[in-house]
Amino acid sequence: MEGLLNQLPIGLSIAAVLLLIALGLTFTFGQMGVINMAHGEFIMAGAYTAYMLQDWAGAQATAVALPVAFALAGGMGWVLERTAIRHFYGRPLDTLLLTWGVSLVLQQAARDIFGAPNVQVVAPSWLNGRIEVGGTVLPYNRLFILALAIVCVVGIWAYMNRSAQGRRMRAVMQNRELAACSGVATARVDQLTFFIGSGLAGVAGVALTLIGPVGPSLGTYYIVDAFLVVVAGGLGQLRGAVIAAVALGMLNSFAEFWTNASLAKVIVFGAIIAFLQVRPQGMFVLRSRALT
Amino acid sequence: MSERTRGYALFGAVALLLLVVAPLALPAFRLDELAKYLCFAIAALGIGLAWGQGGMLTLGQGVFFGLGGYAMGMYLKLHDAGGDLPDFMVWSGVEHLPALWGPFRNPVVAIAAVVVVPVAVAVLLGVLVFRQRVRGAYFALLTQALAAAFVILLVGQQGLTGGTNGLTNFYDVFGRDPEAESTQRTMYFVTAGVLGVLYLLARQLVKSRFGRLLVAVRDGEDRVRFLGYNPATVKTITFAVSAGMAGLAGALFVPVVGIISPSLLGVVPSLELVVAVAVGGRYALAGAILGAVAMNYAKTSLSEQWADGWLYLQGALFILVMTLAPKGAIGLYHQLRDAVARRRGPSVQVTVKEEVPA
Repeated sequence: MEGLLNQLPIGLSIAAVLLLIALGLTFTFGQMGVINMAHGEFIMAGAYTAYMLQDWAGAQATAVALPVAFALAGGMGWVLERTAIRHFYGRPLDTLLLTWGVSLVLQQAARDIFGAPNVQVVAPSWLNGRIEVGGTVLPYNRLFILALAIVCVVGIWAYMNRSAQGRRMRAVMQNRELAACSGVATARVDQLTFFIGSGLAGVAGVALTLIGPVGPSLGTYYIVDAFLVVVAGGLGQLRGAVIAAVALGMLNSFAEFWTNASLAKVIVFGAIIAFLQVRPQGMFVLRSRALT
Repeated sequence: MSERTRGYALFGAVALLLLVVAPLALPAFRLDELAKYLCFAIAALGIGLAWGQGGMLTLGQGVFFGLGGYAMGMYLKLHDAGGDLPDFMVWSGVEHLPALWGPFRNPVVAIAAVVVVPVAVAVLLGVLVFRQRVRGAYFALLTQALAAAFVILLVGQQGLTGGTNGLTNFYDVFGRDPEAESTQRTMYFVTAGVLGVLYLLARQLVKSRFGRLLVAVRDGEDRVRFLGYNPATVKTITFAVSAGMAGLAGALFVPVVGIISPSLLGVVPSLELVVAVAVGGRYALAGAILGAVAMNYAKTSLSEQWADGWLYLQGALFILVMTLAPKGAIGLYHQLRDAVARRRGPSVQVTVKEEVPA
């Protein structure tokens, strides 16, 4: 039972990372129909940012890296959108293949710059402790990741529901043509969405340095699961992404506890297929009368 | 020459090249390499059918390739061990032959399983997914997740599957020595023959009423449904055929190359096959074959000289093809041909519609 309870912080922190990654994916997917496979490499970029800042900021690199990684990964996403993806709107499957090409190049570039072996980021000393609550051990680093995700989600929620820019973003997601007719500069909204979404991937990358080593293929481990979150949560749905990420992260860590890591993946996959039998378009659907 | 006779003439020329010229001109080592490319071409043909004709982007073809490959590998392993425990099981401390392996003692069962198992998995997934109208990007992402889960499962079940190493070290392929030149030559002819037969079958399928329905589903699934057809059935059948082809390809791959392992089946190898199809030209079955052979040839010859560069090149090629020639090499050829024809005089133009967004 104790071991089971100790899976809780692990599951929650994995859920938090998945959520940070899936947020960017679900917005660009829901708004522009873009499946960004290079998103995984933005995670990697965020993680390497923390690694590089170690020389300068030492053990505090994690904290310093958060805003830097957000800006860097966001910038990369913005450049990708401007140079390539904007020519691909309306062709989601082609964006998948295109961005996969980009992701190959970025991975190899990381291998050439930082070397193929994994590197380690030293966690700040204030994250090394743990507290015990009723027999459950809660490591600080896991709690920190969880808090980070909560801050980001609240921020995104406020941005989408309380700011004019966010309202425009939701409008474009619901009906691009109508939004454009109403004077929303949809191209600018797309750029901004891409910037924020990719930036969140960078933040997720920094978070990942707290729970494991950093390597050129870091992003590929998480990108498949993050897309499953998007599929289960529904396109462009903040609450769908939150619920799906938590459910998937928890299911994964508990299934790993009961069986083993390899069967856990199969169980998660089976659960998603079963879930799609009930809700084929994910948890929450943007109502639309459009025929596909 | 009419379009049809020209098609057959081209097919005949390629068959002559593959069955007569290549075995005479190539050294044994290169012929074996070519046999490997042809295995990938068979799997790519399946992708061309499902994706190019049916609009189902399947990113998990490695799963079906692997199911076929492992079925074949399990038989060969048991045969080598004389029905006893295969060597890797002894090393990983397994004491009794797992029940799953039992049926693969029989060669007929094993060869049937090469096609039946992938088809069964594809039908199951297809029924569950297509009936609920899960499509487009959702379907692509699900097949990708399937590939990821499959590889993790294979690696995790060390005693059952040989883990990361997979199944290798086969000493006897249906009574012959797999290393012998004559066996490799035979395997080459078998592979080329299977590819030719499957190509003709797939072509027939595409030209049939069913094939027209399939293209109609790709271009407007709802319209097909309004006409009273069930798109889910059409898609499931096509997906299953495509999976069966991948299974056969995997089964041929095992004696040709001598190994089947998880690293050949995951997300990246599955995507590489899709890339090959895109580069060759997804809307033509021949494009899939052309792409698979050309890309794998390029991969081998380039990574021999410049191992790191291959990924840059592959990525760049990918970006270029998707941006400049989404219809691939065959599409470019058609564009050129049409351009030449337009200069000579007006003609009827047929364009292929892009797939419908999810």
